[in-house]
Amino acid sequence: MTKILDEILCNYKGNKSELIPLLQDIQSNFGYLSEEAIKEVSKFTRVAESEIYGVATFYTQFRFTPVGKKHIMVCKGTACHVKGAPQIIEGIERHLGIKEGEVTLDLDYSLESVGCLGCCALAPCAMINEDVESNMTLKDIKKMFRRMERESKEDS
Amino acid sequence: MNFKQLFKESEDEYNSIIRGKSPVILIGSATCGKSAGALEIAATFKKEINEQHLDAEVIEVGCIGLCYLEPIVTIIKPEMPAIFYGQVTKKIAKKLVTEYLNGNNPMTEYALGTVGEKGVEGIPALFEIPVMKPQVRRILRNCGFIDPSNIKHYIANGGYSGLNAALKIKPLDVIENIKNSGLRGRGGAGFPTWMKWKFCVDSEADKKYLICNADEGDPGAFMNRSLLESDPHSVLEGIVIASYAIGVKEAYIYCRAEYPLALERLKHAISEMKEMGFLGDNILETGFDLNITIKEGAGAFVCGEETALIASIEGKRGMPRTRPPFPTTSGLWGKPTVINNVETMASVSMIMQSGYNHFIEFGTDESKGTKTFSLVGNVKNTGLIEVPLGTTLREVIYEIGGGISGDGTFKAVQIGGPSGGCLPESFLDTRIDYDSLTMAVAIMGSGGLVVMDNNSCMVDVARYFLDFIQNESCGKCVPCRLGTKQMLDILTDITLGNGKKGDKELLKDLSQGIKDGSLCGLGQTSPNPVLTTLKFFEDEYEAHIIEKRCPALLCKELINYKVIDEKCEGCMLCLKSCPVGAVSGVKKQVHKIDIDKCIKCGTCIELCSGKYNAIERVNKY
Repeated sequence: MTKILDEILCNYKGNKSELIPLLQDIQSNFGYLSEEAIKEVSKFTRVAESEIYGVATFYTQFRFTPVGKKHIMVCKGTACHVKGAPQIIEGIERHLGIKEGEVTLDLDYSLESVGCLGCCALAPCAMINEDVESNMTLKDIKKMFRRMERESKEDS
Repeated sequence: MNFKQLFKESEDEYNSIIRGKSPVILIGSATCGKSAGALEIAATFKKEINEQHLDAEVIEVGCIGLCYLEPIVTIIKPEMPAIFYGQVTKKIAKKLVTEYLNGNNPMTEYALGTVGEKGVEGIPALFEIPVMKPQVRRILRNCGFIDPSNIKHYIANGGYSGLNAALKIKPLDVIENIKNSGLRGRGGAGFPTWMKWKFCVDSEADKKYLICNADEGDPGAFMNRSLLESDPHSVLEGIVIASYAIGVKEAYIYCRAEYPLALERLKHAISEMKEMGFLGDNILETGFDLNITIKEGAGAFVCGEETALIASIEGKRGMPRTRPPFPTTSGLWGKPTVINNVETMASVSMIMQSGYNHFIEFGTDESKGTKTFSLVGNVKNTGLIEVPLGTTLREVIYEIGGGISGDGTFKAVQIGGPSGGCLPESFLDTRIDYDSLTMAVAIMGSGGLVVMDNNSCMVDVARYFLDFIQNESCGKCVPCRLGTKQMLDILTDITLGNGKKGDKELLKDLSQGIKDGSLCGLGQTSPNPVLTTLKFFEDEYEAHIIEKRCPALLCKELINYKVIDEKCEGCMLCLKSCPVGAVSGVKKQVHKIDIDKCIKCGTCIELCSGKYNAIERVNKY
């Protein structure tokens, strides 16, 4: 981890204004912000750890625990809400046996809701890693997970 | 190379592709298109073209706004108009290659419309179909027509001629042009753009900054995403023109991290600009220097507020501060800063390309030009639209939107996101412009229009927005942080059937306190969704509080699910899919729902609707 972290830090000057991009960079490499990483960032930028936590916890993007291999972000925008996003979230919760904000025990899936993905015309929708799933229905949830499992088998 | 040569070169290249000897297939590949399977369709076209040994090019373009018809494919054959096809499946894609590309049958049954001088029998002109006819596409003129990752396509369609023209006149004359256009900020508040620029020009400082606000956080709005994905250069050109007018050498784009494709297209576009000499040192050999830096937002709605946005770029918690001083006096790093919305920037490049007279052809006296809106929710034709300011809500919802989807009836339209309000049917003839909407107790906001039908519960909608605000309140002002929490608790109680007499009055009291006691726009406007629903849908609040009844049959605690005996055919579908085993019965006999077990998840209704419609929601009390 330290080696990759050092490589990331090499691309920055250590200014305070770089704090958010730096944390974003670290999160996109490791999936979350570990205590160790925050300590390193603190040394590098000379910003107190407490202040870094202050900034990082302010923004919903930052996480302090790992996410699953497939990170599911269900959109909670207005259009999605009107078209049944709350039911979709409950449906996924039931299917995976976890609550919003949690990770499955095998670390395969994690579930979260987000403000708005901007895919409102095809509501309700969700983002799974980088892909957007649109026009979701309760009855298709099982199918969606079967497809993802098939895909991850093919990948491995 | 001077601009004239660049234009000539770009035009030649563009014409050789679009009007060349071999056919071109344009695939709408913005986020909406991609989520509908555009990439698979593109792959199918490429494979078929290869297998049938044809000479044709497949290009990924942006979104023309007809999101409900995605994936959208456009085929341009030599000597033929461009033909648009909607909801293209792999099967249709194969047919189009065999029948139209390899043959001469344009497959009119799948076609949406044509664009071009000549028509095709059996296919209407695209801009004449009902969803397109009332629209005026100015900001979106290139969206879905050009390759957003090829700057030459943009230049060939008049791009950067606005910058070229601006650099030939004095900065103050550029501001004069914008003043003559009457352009008002497209981010929501509608402040005259030229005035903001002038304030910044008049502030003395060694350095000034421009920030393009692409932190489109309003839930239900995606105009900026679509524009950045489909025509990023129109926004970037506006940024360069504005920077020149104000005297800025360093500009920023603050874009949400939730828009990965928009960020990718922006990064690519900026590198193209540098190559072409539209960015960097000595732009178009005029001695004007500018750099643009992209800053990724980190998921905080309040960062759309300008002082919070500045704090975020400085690497701090995105918390608003008091104004004045306004950013045009003291903004980023304490220097004069102009913050303009994405669409404002695209309007600036259009005004400088085609002149302010072109811009003022549409709009009202006080609100000039056109405006893009995302039309979503329970309407038939969802998507991104552009209409002249002053168009009525009715025209937008019924003519462009095609009316309410399914068999529902219109209940409300939510406009302006969490800062806006819900307007009932009696307000449908309200004109969409800055001032009419303010009078109607809503605000235009950035342009999200969410249509709601009779299945939407207005108390739940108010609760939804407060839940959103609660999550997004930065916590600085007590009335916003705690007041909205109290309002949320009261509204949650009402939806759970625990509403009390006096709740409505308490909500109004709290609203006033939050409006008066909050520093920024987020707090000041946060009670709007509650106030407008209280004003226009008071009967729904009454029903929840007094009768413990949800008129929309949505609030779970107030309803039960029930099988309609006469309609149930005993197909076992709901029984098999019920996640808690609450449905009992045998094949071909009427099923029954055990209301003690039922969690009201909606699975059975979803499965049965459209088939037997044998399950209904009924009031519990």
